[in-house]
Amino acid sequence: MNRSVGGDMGITVMLTIFGLFMFLPMYYTVIQALKPLNELFYFPPRFYVIHPTFDNFKDLFNLMSDSWVPFSRYIFNTVLISVGGTFGNLVLASICAYALAKIDFPGAKQCFWLIQKSLMFTATVTGIVNFITLSLLGWIDTYLAIIVPAWCSTLGLYLMKQFMESNVTTEVLESSRLDGASELRTFWSIAMPMVKPGWLTLIVYSFQGLWNSGASSFIYSEQLKTLNYAISQITAGGIARSGASAAATVVMMLVPILVFVISQSNIIETMGSSGMKD
Amino acid sequence: MSKNTDKQVKTRKEMTNAEWTWFLVKRNKTAYFMIAPFMILFFIFTIIPVALSLVLSFTSFNMLEWPKFIFMDNYITLFLDDDLFVTALKNTFIFAAITGPASYIISYVVAWFINELPPKVRAIVTLIFYAPSIAGNVYLIWGTLFSGDAYGWVNGILLDMGVIDTPILWFQNADYVMPLIIMVALWTSLGTSFLSFIAGLQGINKSLYEAGAIDGVKNRWQELWYITLPSMKPQLMFGAILSITGSFGFGGIVTALAGNPSVDYVAYTLTHHLEEYQGNRWEVGYASAISFILFLIMIGCNVLISKLISKLGE
Repeated sequence: MNRSVGGDMGITVMLTIFGLFMFLPMYYTVIQALKPLNELFYFPPRFYVIHPTFDNFKDLFNLMSDSWVPFSRYIFNTVLISVGGTFGNLVLASICAYALAKIDFPGAKQCFWLIQKSLMFTATVTGIVNFITLSLLGWIDTYLAIIVPAWCSTLGLYLMKQFMESNVTTEVLESSRLDGASELRTFWSIAMPMVKPGWLTLIVYSFQGLWNSGASSFIYSEQLKTLNYAISQITAGGIARSGASAAATVVMMLVPILVFVISQSNIIETMGSSGMKD
Repeated sequence: MSKNTDKQVKTRKEMTNAEWTWFLVKRNKTAYFMIAPFMILFFIFTIIPVALSLVLSFTSFNMLEWPKFIFMDNYITLFLDDDLFVTALKNTFIFAAITGPASYIISYVVAWFINELPPKVRAIVTLIFYAPSIAGNVYLIWGTLFSGDAYGWVNGILLDMGVIDTPILWFQNADYVMPLIIMVALWTSLGTSFLSFIAGLQGINKSLYEAGAIDGVKNRWQELWYITLPSMKPQLMFGAILSITGSFGFGGIVTALAGNPSVDYVAYTLTHHLEEYQGNRWEVGYASAISFILFLIMIGCNVLISKLISKLGE
């Protein structure tokens, strides 16, 4: 194939510029978090730190421990919501994805069609009725208002179903069924081990979404709010708080980024079958 | 998996279609138990709310008294009497028309650029581009970079270089808000579609390119148009849907960076208008009308674009 040197150079330059645009704000966040107070007030602001310190991180916990909701409480809430929501989503969505992908029953196509369509709009449009439903259930201002709706999040299920369809061969399942294994047993001991990248991806997606969830109209008690919300509050404190705010942001972004680094190759493998066929 | 044994095929002939379906339903009982927990919750929290918001949009409802049927009044008010709604609709469309296609194309182009890098380098580059979309509200750093005082990084540099005399109130200035918000939105938009494109490009059968070269494909651009794009149509479709949905459902970044309402309502979107009537005024019927319009716009654009992509390369 003809590949001009000029073209390659152009691509490299563009990629570098764009890469810097993506990377520098993240880098600057980390730098801000490591700056001692006096360096935060340097003019003009510097893109590096002279005497790095972890004071901002310590401040974060000290400063917030005086307020009636300590910073650790926001972390606890976020972890609880993320783990609870992800676990339920993993269990319910995997079983459902298996049935939709590997059992041929009346209604399977229609169910999947609805699930595909649900990727076409955001939770914003369901917010009103969900508020009413959650009120009737008495779940407003409890963790359940965030956790239970997360169990039926569809993106993970969609990816899992597509991945199962292309990676679990029907022959293996047939032979397990012929051996007299129940459908549930076949799902658990034959299909699930074959789709490890699929459920890792589902976990990562569900977890990231919940970990990053911000102020919700379903929760108004301060002691039930999440990290994302806490950071917005700290940031609103202005320049004096900008070190603490950056430190909090670093705490928050570290988790999804680490999770992604660990599971990247599995996620890309799952994405290989993410395509929409019709 | 339904496999018809000889016996069943015979009985199938004697059954009506309804009887046959019922037979299949009974035989696959387990399958229904397996999908039930997810599907029931999915109906409660996603499908029924969409349907009910259509119903509620024809009513006047304040959550205290029983809804009163007022037919099209909410919609008539929205389009003829509510200037803010028209502003929000316009802003939402402008925003979506820029960020949707831009994020989609950037995701694709970057994925394509990095496709031939060695795997380890590609993994690192992927992380750099993808990280902003998963790192929570790290976008708040843009508020620090473009802070309205001299400690804001951009103001600091411009002041230092003598380009400006007084700090610019970036997020309080009607001229800058929309472009800045769009920039930040793009910064966070290389998400799932981006990963899907990377995987799609990796999955293309290399022999297609060799065959293409024999058939007279001359350069990289022809290769892209005639071979690469058509062979990853399913990923393109999936990516488009996520990009479109993301570009319409937006509002959180504006509130966080420019406040709500933003100066002169320049970045006021449908999501904000919805929040206003749902959360602050408790006019649930009216809010339902807004949310149903938003729903129609998202579905409409998605269906339209999917149709276009399915025609690609034909």
